Amino acid sequence: MNPTRITKRFEELRRAGELGLVAYITAGDPTLDASERIAMALADAGADVIELGVPFSDPVADGPVIQRASERALRSGTTLAGVIESVKRLRAKTQVPLLLFSYYNPVLQMGLKKFADAAAQAGADGALITDITPEEAGEYRGAMRARGLDTVFLAAPTSTDARLKMIAETSTGFLYVISRTGVTGTKDSLAEELPALTRRVRAATSLPIAVGFGVSLPEHVSLLGGLADAAVVGSALVAEIEKAHSAEAAATAVAAKARTLKEAARKGISRREATR
Amino acid sequence: MTAATQTWPDARGRFGPYGGRYVPETLMAPLEELERAYDAARADAGFAAQLDFELKNFAGRPTPLQFAARLTEHLGGARIYLKREDLLHTGAHKINNCLGQSLLAVRMGKKRIIAETGAGQHGVATATVAARLGLECVVYMGTEDMERQRLNVSRMRMLGAEVVGVNSGSRTLKDAINEAMRDWVTNVRTTHYLLGSVLGAHPYPRMVRDFHACIGREARAQILAAEKRLPDFLIACVGGGSNAIGLFYEFLADTSVKMIGVEAGGRGAALGEHAARLAFSMGFRGARPGVLQGTYSRVLQTADGQIATTHSVSAGLDYPAVGPEHAWLAEQGRAEYTAASDDAAIHAARTLARIEGIIPALESAHALAEIIRRAPQMKREEIIIMNLSGRGDKDMEILARYL
Repeated sequence: MNPTRITKRFEELRRAGELGLVAYITAGDPTLDASERIAMALADAGADVIELGVPFSDPVADGPVIQRASERALRSGTTLAGVIESVKRLRAKTQVPLLLFSYYNPVLQMGLKKFADAAAQAGADGALITDITPEEAGEYRGAMRARGLDTVFLAAPTSTDARLKMIAETSTGFLYVISRTGVTGTKDSLAEELPALTRRVRAATSLPIAVGFGVSLPEHVSLLGGLADAAVVGSALVAEIEKAHSAEAAATAVAAKARTLKEAARKGISRREATR
Repeated sequence: MTAATQTWPDARGRFGPYGGRYVPETLMAPLEELERAYDAARADAGFAAQLDFELKNFAGRPTPLQFAARLTEHLGGARIYLKREDLLHTGAHKINNCLGQSLLAVRMGKKRIIAETGAGQHGVATATVAARLGLECVVYMGTEDMERQRLNVSRMRMLGAEVVGVNSGSRTLKDAINEAMRDWVTNVRTTHYLLGSVLGAHPYPRMVRDFHACIGREARAQILAAEKRLPDFLIACVGGGSNAIGLFYEFLADTSVKMIGVEAGGRGAALGEHAARLAFSMGFRGARPGVLQGTYSRVLQTADGQIATTHSVSAGLDYPAVGPEHAWLAEQGRAEYTAASDDAAIHAARTLARIEGIIPALESAHALAEIIRRAPQMKREEIIIMNLSGRGDKDMEILARYL
């Protein structure tokens, strides 16, 4: 498989010795037009990968902030097909790596092959499906691989070493490490068990690793410099969108937040080098 | 092996194409651990003895298989037997599974139990076994269900459980399961999720079925003793499908025994007005294969894969997916699925109360509505067993409106 924009971007980050910033927003929150403007602002602010969440009626892995974002997006009529159209419009304007982030059922209803075809044609680089693990993902991975799309899987604090090995074997692009047991959402501090977890993940894979869940503050991002290749920030950005009174204000606020985090990410990496 | 003789689920938790394990990675290792612990418990005679002791001395098993003489006479057709699960402690079949899973939780060293509840019967049974075993207990319940099943909310609190209202989505059973799953994914190391139906990720559909299989095991022996032959029909209501599978399971190899699951027909056949996932022959559409809350089954949903809202007068049947084993039994034609409307269920509840002196739960009343429709057309020597899965005390506020 040819390297996707995601793989290339992580390669650039590695060469530059820089921690990446993966930014999550829910597509269609509050409308697709607004989320496209916000995504463009994030790309301009230095986000290295943008995750576009596909809203779902029953987001069991998400905390209240992203649950509400899903509800807003569904209220404005957002569908998976609409999100893929949105990717196409974004791709005409930016080369930022784009990862679709979805629950399985909307993808399954579209059809796995049709999903992969449409996502590839629109210019997406891959997908992460929250509620599918390597065991159930055979057909999905085949369809994605056939279209040169990355499949990112999650690793969790509860994952055994045997599971981490399987997750590493089935992931491409990067591996997403969940920092703590729980749902998405902000916390004051990162989990104490995180360094032990990232060490176990490193032992299982040579893929870049991105750490998410509970990452919201510049100091979290700085800390991750010593542990990971990228920080994933979601709920903290979505909360800015929720507070804003217009799409323009949301784009400005999210971009400002992303810049601060990216700044911390750049500094964070020097900390990583210093500790080596 | 043919489908009829093969034991389901397979090693991957599949009933034909249905079932499986669709959860966030955080829950995968805990589900593997639960499966191992359950397999070990099943192989342990000590566990079986402990569970049997509790079922007998605490829950009140075996339950009677009662010949409903006046109802049989009233309907003028088949001989009707009622499996009286409503007589169990806490008032419904749910306690069978709660005792099994809570003893397993203790074996696994878990000190905290969480559960979802729709009608409140599973929540009450969970709160009850948690109190008996000295475990911390949190029950998630949709706020609409808290309103319509207020008595059960008070019972759970009386038993020392914390009841957490869930205000998202349709504020019913589905949303309570979402919130319980979020709790479990957060506290999985200390907490057992005591799922209350044959739903969710493997091994839940198998484990919950096995803990309820005592219903059919007893009924089979009881009917053979009473009538010297097997019944012609088994009839039970189907929300997730735990009481139905509990009755059906021990009869699956008896090919002469027909099985009917009765879903909630609600107010009509339009999407959003009912909770009928398998009653295709009655014109209910909208359920397609899909993934919800850990399992692949028949799910009421929109064309683009969003889960549909549902309606039923009965909170325990008001759910958009059905247990994967029922989807498989329907697909093979081994069981037939029909639906009863809100009105038919209310009418059936009144009928049973006045003719047999039993106030059934609104869930069970759906099965009774099917009997009222079907029995008069059957021969007098034919036999029906209905699972009277719960009693109607909890539904009195709703039923009182029709007095």
